Amino acid sequence: MTHPSVTGAATATEPIRLLDAEGSLVESDANAPWHELAAQLSTDDRLAMHGEMVRTRRFDVEAGHLQRQGKLGLWVPSIGQEGGQVGAAWAAREQDTIFPSYREHLIALHRGVAMDQIIDTFRGARHGGWDPLETRGMRIYSLVIATHALHSTGYAMGIRLDGACATGDAQRDEAVMAFYGDGAASQGDASEGLVFATSYEAPIVFFVQNNKWAISVPSTRQSRSPLHERARGFGLDAAWIDGNDPLASFAVTRRMLDAARQGAPGYIEADTYRMGAHTTSDDPTRYRTRDEEESWRRRDPIARLAAHLREQGVAEAALAEQEQEAADLASDLRRRTLEAGTAASDDIFDHVYSEPHPLMTEQKRRLAEFEASFGGDA
Amino acid sequence: MTDTAPQAEPAQAAGPAASVTMPIAKALNSALREAMRADEKVLLMGEDIGPLGGVFRVTDGLHAEFGEHRVLDTPLAESGIIGTAIGLAMRGYRPVVEIQFDGFVYPGFDQIVSQLAKMTARHRGTVSMPVVIRIPYGGHIGAIEHHQESPEAYFAHTAGLRVVSPSTANDAHWMLRQAIESDDPVIFLEPKSKYWSKGEVLVEPAPGMGGTAGMHRAVVAHPGTDVTLIGHGAMVHVLLQAAQIAEREGTSCEVIDLRSLSPIDWETLVDSARRTGRVVVAQEAPGHVSVGSEVAATIAERAFYSLEAPVLRVSGFDAPFPAAQLEDIYLPDADRVLDAVDRALAY
Repeated sequence: MTHPSVTGAATATEPIRLLDAEGSLVESDANAPWHELAAQLSTDDRLAMHGEMVRTRRFDVEAGHLQRQGKLGLWVPSIGQEGGQVGAAWAAREQDTIFPSYREHLIALHRGVAMDQIIDTFRGARHGGWDPLETRGMRIYSLVIATHALHSTGYAMGIRLDGACATGDAQRDEAVMAFYGDGAASQGDASEGLVFATSYEAPIVFFVQNNKWAISVPSTRQSRSPLHERARGFGLDAAWIDGNDPLASFAVTRRMLDAARQGAPGYIEADTYRMGAHTTSDDPTRYRTRDEEESWRRRDPIARLAAHLREQGVAEAALAEQEQEAADLASDLRRRTLEAGTAASDDIFDHVYSEPHPLMTEQKRRLAEFEASFGGDA
Repeated sequence: MTDTAPQAEPAQAAGPAASVTMPIAKALNSALREAMRADEKVLLMGEDIGPLGGVFRVTDGLHAEFGEHRVLDTPLAESGIIGTAIGLAMRGYRPVVEIQFDGFVYPGFDQIVSQLAKMTARHRGTVSMPVVIRIPYGGHIGAIEHHQESPEAYFAHTAGLRVVSPSTANDAHWMLRQAIESDDPVIFLEPKSKYWSKGEVLVEPAPGMGGTAGMHRAVVAHPGTDVTLIGHGAMVHVLLQAAQIAEREGTSCEVIDLRSLSPIDWETLVDSARRTGRVVVAQEAPGHVSVGSEVAATIAERAFYSLEAPVLRVSGFDAPFPAAQLEDIYLPDADRVLDAVDRALAY
């Protein structure tokens, strides 16, 4: 895949991994500091992380069913990527701001977004599902690939201008985390985000989920050199992690976010795999093999953390209870989605501008008159 | 609306004055300075706007007064500038972005059209985007390619943006301050060929011309009775010249300065069209699917029974802006406007 270096520059051959595919701890000198950070997570924390992954997986499956039954226009599954996401979610501090792409369901739920609010976007009720002021710093999904790499960087520049970072107090200093993928990394906005982040020493970490496929195009077409090495060329500190390892994700993200909040922007490439389709409109059988999918199924992040929990002595009943709770939540969501109302036509006009605008006023009135012209039975 | 008066340099004679004379570039500069003094959330972003003061010197002296944290000399990346301005607005800042030349706005086009314009609607009004994008635009400066364009139709076509273009020093000053005070994104098109044209800048907005509503009003720049001439930016000066010539030939032209391209002040336009019955709309931009097209169509719709002639359009040709030696042929001048006036009168 890569040509040998004529200068002898070394490339890492393995991502940072604390938990192997079988759920056993990977001990090494290099891993020792990461394990020390991961030790901040108690067994109860790890069980709670497992619960979030199980809930998100079940939510994802239910949303896929709702789409197939015509209740959603589209669904974007995150199945297979929950491990990196749950580690990052737990690594972020309460005061942090998250700019997601559109596949970060676990992070959204973790920050308090309701499942129904995510569903609203995909059933066509509204574009942005929630008010970021009410979701503990979780911004809304962003659909034009990598554009939010700049919004997040600008927001982080604002944190610095506010003096709300780099005081040395990790409990108060703010940071931003932006999520995007291997495909997005090719966009100019992704690179410009790295330029601005380093130029202004913005408190931001770019968490890049390399899930191997940008719809049908493999990540090797996006970059022949590892993405985290590309980021280093821009002057960011960068790490490569096993994106299906919740513990590695937590430890590395926690450290990089804490460095970012002191003014050193960072970049994490999480090695993961999109187990499902890109969206419900996609057909992965046209571009990738069953063997490849199967090889990644054996690295499933949920099974991996479950095995670790069993090794830690967590009772099977506790895991089963989480499965049941997730199934109940999905069933409730199904009921609510089937009962959910439709958007009102005023939504077309009401929020286009913050201040009054004559075209909106006039066209809203004209539409109302047109609708009224059909009489009461219309 | 505000109690801080425009500052001229050097300071004018002592004693309160109703207005101060300065060129458009200085009127913009003083607007930026006063807005920054009034609100610490206002910050400037752009290429070469720091110690250099911008390639047109519109930000002259502001870096020295406010420092690098409020006058951001940015990396050379328009999408990056506008995209990070959006993030800063989310954080509560009011960025005023300078695009160096009209033809260099397109690398930031996606951030303007898909992000800036739609962000408030996407958030159902819970997030405002008080971002101003200043763009020096238009021809008559004899420059190389990409430096003389009129891209206003792209932005006027995009819901969520407000698009304005002053033609006088007074409007340059007050409309920029109004744009900065607006909670919506404003594309602020500056007629760069007129940067050094001097005019009176009032110490407060004229009655009825304050706030966002004032920013969006069209004004009668020269009253007349026979033909209405409508234009914006540098074209207003061509129309005034045409009106002067027409007057000598016995035709009374009313000149309307559009000022706002989105929304458009239809009341002022339609009122004039009903009085004169003949309308010519002129612009430097190509005519196909343009601001002039919309003006012509809407006046035809709303003043149909008052019109003695179809609304005639005078514009740049539907060809790329030519090499500078040909710009005087490409851009409408008083003769081409007067030709349209003659045609309107012949119906």
